[in-house]
Amino acid sequence: MDQLEKHSYDVLIIGAGGSGLRAAIAAHEAGLRVAIICKSLFGKAHTVMAEGGVAAAMGNRNPHDNWRVHFRDTMRGGKFLNNWRMAELHAKESPDRVWELETYGALFDRTKDGKISQRNFGGHEYPRLAHVGDRTGLELIRTMQQKIVSLQQDDARRAGMPSGAHDGRLKVFAELTVTELLLTPSGAVSGAFGYWRETGRFVVFKAPAVIIATGGIGKSFKVTSNSWECTGDGMGLALRAGSTLLNMEFVQFHPTGMVWPPSVKGILVTEGVRGDGGVLRNSEGKRFMFDYVPDVFRAQYAETEDEADRWYDDPDHNKRTPDLLPRDEVARAINAEVKAGRGSPHGGVFLDIASRLPKDEILRRLPSMTHQFKELADVDITAEPMEVGPTCHYVMGGIEVDADTAAAARVPGLFSCGEAAGGMHGSNRLGGNSLSDLLVFGRRAGEGAAAYVKALQGSYPVVPQVQVNECMQTALAPLERADGESPYVVHQELQQVMNDLVGIIRRADEIQHALDVLEKLNERSRHLAASGPRDFNPGWHLALDLRNMLLIAECIARAALLREESRGGHTRDDYPAMSEEWRKVNLICSLSADGRSVEVVKQEMPPMRGDLMALFSVEELKKYFTPEELQHLPAEDRTDVERKVEVS
Amino acid sequence: MAQGHFRVWRGNAEGGDLVDYDVEVNEGEVVLDVIHRLQATQAGDLAVRWNCKAGKCGSCSAEINGRPRLMCMTRMSVFAPGETVTVTPMRTFPVMKDLVTDVSYNYAKAQEVPAFAPPPGLAPGEYRMAQEDVARSQEFRKCIECFLCQNVCHVIRDHEENKQAYSGPRFLMRIAELDMHPLDSLDRKRSAQDDHGLGYCNITKCCTEVCPEGIKITDNGLIPLKERVVDRKFDPLGVLKQKLTRR
Repeated sequence: MDQLEKHSYDVLIIGAGGSGLRAAIAAHEAGLRVAIICKSLFGKAHTVMAEGGVAAAMGNRNPHDNWRVHFRDTMRGGKFLNNWRMAELHAKESPDRVWELETYGALFDRTKDGKISQRNFGGHEYPRLAHVGDRTGLELIRTMQQKIVSLQQDDARRAGMPSGAHDGRLKVFAELTVTELLLTPSGAVSGAFGYWRETGRFVVFKAPAVIIATGGIGKSFKVTSNSWECTGDGMGLALRAGSTLLNMEFVQFHPTGMVWPPSVKGILVTEGVRGDGGVLRNSEGKRFMFDYVPDVFRAQYAETEDEADRWYDDPDHNKRTPDLLPRDEVARAINAEVKAGRGSPHGGVFLDIASRLPKDEILRRLPSMTHQFKELADVDITAEPMEVGPTCHYVMGGIEVDADTAAAARVPGLFSCGEAAGGMHGSNRLGGNSLSDLLVFGRRAGEGAAAYVKALQGSYPVVPQVQVNECMQTALAPLERADGESPYVVHQELQQVMNDLVGIIRRADEIQHALDVLEKLNERSRHLAASGPRDFNPGWHLALDLRNMLLIAECIARAALLREESRGGHTRDDYPAMSEEWRKVNLICSLSADGRSVEVVKQEMPPMRGDLMALFSVEELKKYFTPEELQHLPAEDRTDVERKVEVS
Repeated sequence: MAQGHFRVWRGNAEGGDLVDYDVEVNEGEVVLDVIHRLQATQAGDLAVRWNCKAGKCGSCSAEINGRPRLMCMTRMSVFAPGETVTVTPMRTFPVMKDLVTDVSYNYAKAQEVPAFAPPPGLAPGEYRMAQEDVARSQEFRKCIECFLCQNVCHVIRDHEENKQAYSGPRFLMRIAELDMHPLDSLDRKRSAQDDHGLGYCNITKCCTEVCPEGIKITDNGLIPLKERVVDRKFDPLGVLKQKLTRR
C-alpha cells in the first residue's frame, strides 16, 4: 500500500462550482480553515455552463417585483412540492447575494440608469434574471474563483508574505476525486478519502464537517447538457454515509437542447432565446405552445399571438407568451409535437429568433448561442431557425437538508448545497433559480458548517484506519482485474436505459424493466476492469464514478415507480393527473442495511406557514391542496390582501 | 460513417511518441468526439481534459495539426478527406500524461494579480455603472481560461526562462480588465510593467489569433494598457506631481 498523503481542515468542501465556492467564502469568513476539492481544474465546474442569468427580485426593471412575487413564482414552478422554507429564504436573500458579487468584481449587464439589468425568463412574472449576455454562469464562477484568490492574498498579507497568495487557511485541491466519506463509530463525519487524478495516489482528509456541493447527475442519461463531472458523486457519498435523498424522481429535461448534428445532441440552448423574444414553431410553422397551457396556469398566459407579442413591451396590460411556461410544460409540449409527426427534420422543433429580432440585437444579446450554432451546426441563428429538443439538464431531488443550516439528514457534520441538495425547487426548477440557489444556500452551508465546527470546541473526531484500508481496496479493484467489463460499455448501456425507460415520459412497466436492467448492470459493475497505469487514467476514473451513477439511477427509478401521479419533472403516462394527496408526500431514499439496494419510503411534508399560504388566492391553492389542508384558511378571495402586502 | 486516421501523442514527463489510430468518424463530429471514441474502443487510459464540450469551459486545449485549438470546437469537416489528424499536448506547459499538461503556471500568475478593489464607502446594491463603461472589461471577462493564448505566446513558448518575469497575455489582459473596471480603486499601471512583464509583449497578436472567444487581447487589452503605462511613466507633469506628493 502507498505512503498516504494526509491533510487536516476544519471544513472540507467537495465540489468547486458556484455553491461550493460560495460555501468556502462563508466558512473562511467565519474564521475557519477550509479545503475545497474540485474534480476538474479550478474554475471549470459545470456552473460555467449556466447561460441565462441569476434570479433575484431586485426590481430594477419592474418596481412591482419583490421577494413575495419571486416566492410565488418558485412555488408555482415547483407545483407546490417545494420545501417552502427554502423557497422563502431563497426569494428573500438572493438580491443581497447578487449585489455582493459586484463587490467581488462581477460585471453584470446594466440598465439605462446604471443598475443591474434583468431579463424575462420562463415562469418569472417580472424581468428578474441578472445576466451577462448569455454567459452568466461563467461570470459567477470566475467572480468567486477570483474572490477565493483575493481571500488567499489577504491571508498572505496577514502572514507577512510580500506578494502572491497564501493557501494555509483556504486551499484548493484541483483534479482530485473523493470516493468515500469517513465516519466515526457513532456515524458522524470525520473526513473523506480520495485520489489525485494526475497520479492516482490516495489522499485522506481529516475534517469534522464536510459540505457536499458536487452538483448533478446528468451523466446517467444519454442526451444531456451536463459535463462528465455530473455523476452524482456527492449523493452517492451521502447515501453510503447513511444520509438520505429526497424526491429523486424529479429530473428536469430542459426543453431546448441542440438536436443536430448527433455529436452535439443535448448541448444547451439558453432559455434566454425565448426570454428575448424567440418563439417555438412546429413543422407547419405554427406557434404550438398556445395549445399546451395547462389549467393551473391559464390565468397567467396569453391566449393569442397578438397579446403575447404585445407583452414584451407592455407587460402590465398583457399576459405573457406560453413559450415561457415553466420548463417541464415546454419539454412535454415539444415531445408531444414530435410524437404527433410535426417535428423538425432531425426530431426536434424550431426555435425562431431570426424573424423576431434584428441581426445586431441577436448578436449583442446572444453572442454565445450565435457562436455555438455557427461553429457546431453550421446554422446562422440570425438568419434561420434553430432545431431544438429536450435534454436532461438538472435534478430537483437531492440530499435531504435542513433549510436554514443546510445540514444533511441523519449524519452529524454533513452539509449540502446547490444541485446536490434537494427540496428547494419542488418538482420543477425555474430557469435562473439555480444560480441564485447556489449563492443563497452555498453561503448558508458555509455558515452552518462553521457553527457546527465551533460548537465542537476543538474536539475533532479521528479517522479510523480500517475504513481507509477498505477505501483503498475498493478504489484499486478495477485496476487489479486482468480482464472484466469495460466501464465505457457499462456506462453507455446505463445512459441508454435511463434515456429510454426513465426519461421525460414514464410508465410502470417501463420503469420496472429499467430496474431489471439496472440490477444486471450493477452485477456487471462489480467486475469492471481498467487497463493501464494509475496516473491520469480515464477508464479507471469512470469505473469509480459508475458506482455513484448506478446507485443514483436506481434511486431515480425506484422513486419514479412509487410516485403514481404526474407533476413537474416526473410525468407518468399511466397516471397523467396531478394528485392532491401526493403533493404533501416526499419520497425519501436510503441505502439498505447490507448496502446493496435502495429503499424508498413516503414522508409527509410539514404544512406551509400561514403567512406564506396567504400570499396565494384560495382559488389557486385549491388546485394543489386537499380540502383538509385548506379548511383553516378564511374562504374569501385573497387577492386584495395580497395586493396590500405587496404595497407595504 | 467513415474511417479517419489519427496520430495522438502518448507519453508522460519522461517521454513519449505519436501513436497511430484508425478510428470511425461520423457526420458533424468534432475532434473531441473522436478522442472519446478512441478511449471507449482502443485506448481506455488515453488522458485528456474536457468538461462542457461546448466551448464554454476551456478545458480541452491541445494542438491539432500544429495549431492551438479547443478539441470540442474543431469540426472534423475542416480537414480534407483522408487527411491525417495529429493531436499533441500544448507545448508551452510540461506534459503530465498524453494530452494533459501541467498548467499550474497560470494559476500561480493569477494569484499575483491584486484583486478587484471595491470603492471605499459604496454599499452593495449601490453600484451604478453605464453599459458602455462595463462593456470594455466585459470583453475580457469572456475569457474561458483555456490558456491557448499563454501556450502560443512566443515570449514563454520558446523561452522557459521568461516564465518568472512574465505573466502572459491572459493575466496582462486581466490587469487591463481591472484597470478599465469603472469602480476599481487601485492604480495597476506600474505593476503591469514592473511585476508582470508587460514590456516583454511585442504585440505580434498570436494570442488574439488563437483566442476561441474572439477576444481582441492585443488591440483592446494589451496595447491600451501599454499606452497608459507610457503616459504615466513619461508624462513630465505627472512625474513632477508624483515626486512632490511622495513625502
